[in-house]
Amino acid sequence: MADSATLEAVNIDQDAGDFTYPEDYEHDAGYGLTTETIDYISDIKKEADWIREFRHRALKVFNDKPMPTHWASKDLENIVFDNIRYYLSKGQKPTRSWDEVPDDVKETFERLGIPEKERKFLAGVEAQFDSEAAYSNVKEELEKEGVIFVNSTEGLREHPELFRKWFGKVIPTGDNKFSALNSAVFSGGSFIYVPPGVKVAHPLQAYFRINAENFGQFERTLIIVDEGAEVTYMEGCTAPKFETATLHSAVVELVAMKDAKIQYITVQNWSNNVFNLVTKRGMAHENAEIRWIDCNIGSRLTMKYPGVIMKGRKARGEVISIALANDGQHQDTGAKMIHAADETTSNVVSKSISVGEGRSTYRGQVHIPKHLKGCKNNTECDALLINSNSRTDTYPAITVRGNQHATQHEASVSQVSEEQIFYMQQRGLSEGEAMSLSVNGFVNDLVREFPMEYSVELKRLIDMEMEGSVG
Amino acid sequence: MPRKERRNWLNFNNMSQTLNIQNLHASVDGNEILKGLTLEVPKGEVHAIMGPNGSGKSTLSKVLAGHEDYEVSEGLVTMDGVDLLELEIDERSRAGLFLAFQYPHEIPGVTNANFLRAALQARLPKGEEIDAVGFYKDMYAKMDSLNMDRKFTGRAVNDGFSGGEKKRNEILQMMMLDPNYAILDETDSGLDIDALKIVAEGVNRMRSPERGFLVITHYQRLLDYIVPDVVHVLFDGRIIKTGGKELALELEEKGYDWVTQELAPA
Ligand SMILES: Nc1ncnc2c1ncn2[C@@H]1O[C@H](COP(=O)(O)OP(=O)(O)O)[C@@H](O)[C@H]1O
Ligand SMILES: [Mg+2]
Repeated sequence: MADSATLEAVNIDQDAGDFTYPEDYEHDAGYGLTTETIDYISDIKKEADWIREFRHRALKVFNDKPMPTHWASKDLENIVFDNIRYYLSKGQKPTRSWDEVPDDVKETFERLGIPEKERKFLAGVEAQFDSEAAYSNVKEELEKEGVIFVNSTEGLREHPELFRKWFGKVIPTGDNKFSALNSAVFSGGSFIYVPPGVKVAHPLQAYFRINAENFGQFERTLIIVDEGAEVTYMEGCTAPKFETATLHSAVVELVAMKDAKIQYITVQNWSNNVFNLVTKRGMAHENAEIRWIDCNIGSRLTMKYPGVIMKGRKARGEVISIALANDGQHQDTGAKMIHAADETTSNVVSKSISVGEGRSTYRGQVHIPKHLKGCKNNTECDALLINSNSRTDTYPAITVRGNQHATQHEASVSQVSEEQIFYMQQRGLSEGEAMSLSVNGFVNDLVREFPMEYSVELKRLIDMEMEGSVG
Repeated sequence: MPRKERRNWLNFNNMSQTLNIQNLHASVDGNEILKGLTLEVPKGEVHAIMGPNGSGKSTLSKVLAGHEDYEVSEGLVTMDGVDLLELEIDERSRAGLFLAFQYPHEIPGVTNANFLRAALQARLPKGEEIDAVGFYKDMYAKMDSLNMDRKFTGRAVNDGFSGGEKKRNEILQMMMLDPNYAILDETDSGLDIDALKIVAEGVNRMRSPERGFLVITHYQRLLDYIVPDVVHVLFDGRIIKTGGKELALELEEKGYDWVTQELAPA
């Protein structure tokens, strides 16, 4: 237990993720981003030269690249990179036992319900507190089968050949300004390897927690699933509400070898001061399947377009996403499907909800080149507007060359009508309950695809958002 | 006790056990639709309102339910002594008022079962959970009595339902929510004769000294099956005639012109 002084210093609000513990860090890279910042991070991690050089090159790319404000939100200009700290840690290695995790960190994750979930239904957990993992554990049976589930720092140190072979291959440093930023200062994130034929029955879970103000979290995740193997990975993220902007900029690379299957599930609930600028992409080899399930709740601006490069014949890619944009929030999300082999199939289903002055944007990109045969894409995006001042935009870009492919695109915009809410209220539901139920109804067919535990979690988050959004 | 005195005593005792509408004026977009409507439905009675299209029948039902498009400029409505007009829409419902809509709304993605469950859950104190097994048992029994296929529990509320299915669904909801006062707004329209009988039987089974009904209809046909205690004629926002069940037949025979002419100043 923490002493009473610690408890008193904890600010609690009604929102589950909105609390913070006083800062107590061993390592702090300070404000701003220079070559010294990068050496500081590399020194602490005792990194090999190649990775140090990789970071320095990435910093240069980051500095040279302009902000993508010609197409993206102008709000990006409000990120002050000099006011951000790029590395904060307690200087401890992640432990395999919650008892050895520092009190404040342990309590944080207990309040977020992580150890409980681990006991109930997870095969492994990694819990990251600001820049580094505090806890990391995977079930012994899986370890015996050769499954690796560690944080990226450890992955680099303990499995350099495997790491280096795939690192930065799916998402090159210069993919976009924020992938370059991540490549320069990344810390934490998961490194997963599943050997051929191993089917991990229960999900592996990572939880990313921002605790400190004026801080940037830059986790880097690399998941390699070998031939015929399968894994489900889930990530959750929260941060307290601070006065100032917080930056979260992750890079996630997935590699699914022949016949492999990866399901990657995100339920993020960032507080509404977080810039969430994340690059996620997977590469699916022959007959492999990569499925992104992406739920974006909270944040100030989220820009995230999970993608799949279907590199081998009959590979399949799928993005299922739900975004909820409340007042003052902009969910700019979508999907990128790159067909690079014959008979590849992709499916995109996106549902967004805009509440109050919230804004949601769908950006899609489907690319099928001329020389391929028998590719299929299905894209559906549905937007729900709650209020008359809510906003949604759709930018689907489907480039299909040649005539041997099947593509289908549907989009809809609907509104929860006052008559519907009246009807529901007449049956005894409060306005908030009626809204929540309507919104849950809107996303219901997607949520059914989620693992049970996550659909419950998502429903709870939607209820919280909707309850708070009406008078 | 002399007969008159006994009546008064009964009335006094039941004074608050009634839905009492006094001189109700309501307008929408600045047009007055209800122009001093007075009506009382004591518990245990079934009152019918008949009236031509556009006379304000649905307006009355929506004003009672609390629809925000309608502005009440004058009048008083009490339900068991409580000022109904002071309550929010959902509070009125939880206080025991039910409206079977003339045009029930669709709720995409929300199943009938989930909707009913949420509505019942909303009536429980915080922290108390509805008993799922009992809920389904109850719902299935009621659906059976209405000849509703059980697959309707898993379908989105009214979504893609035929007119008749929607009306039946309204009655199912009424049965599940067990209101003190139920307003049925043209529940008969869109029903064939078999469905009409099933719905009417459902309503008749719910008749009780603990419940009042206000049955709104355009045709007297429904009143052959749900026999009212009192019939009111609504015209141009006012009740212009009140009588027994024979009034409905007379209206059917002579048409609405008859009442309006009868009342027209010489
Ligand atoms: N929301 C509304 N906006 C404008 N006029 C309305 C509205 N609702 C009802 N009215 C008008 O009020 C009158 C009564 O309508 P209504 O109550 O639906 O009649 P009934 O149910 O008896 O057929 C009609 O003239 C109708 O046009
Ligand atoms: Mg009507």
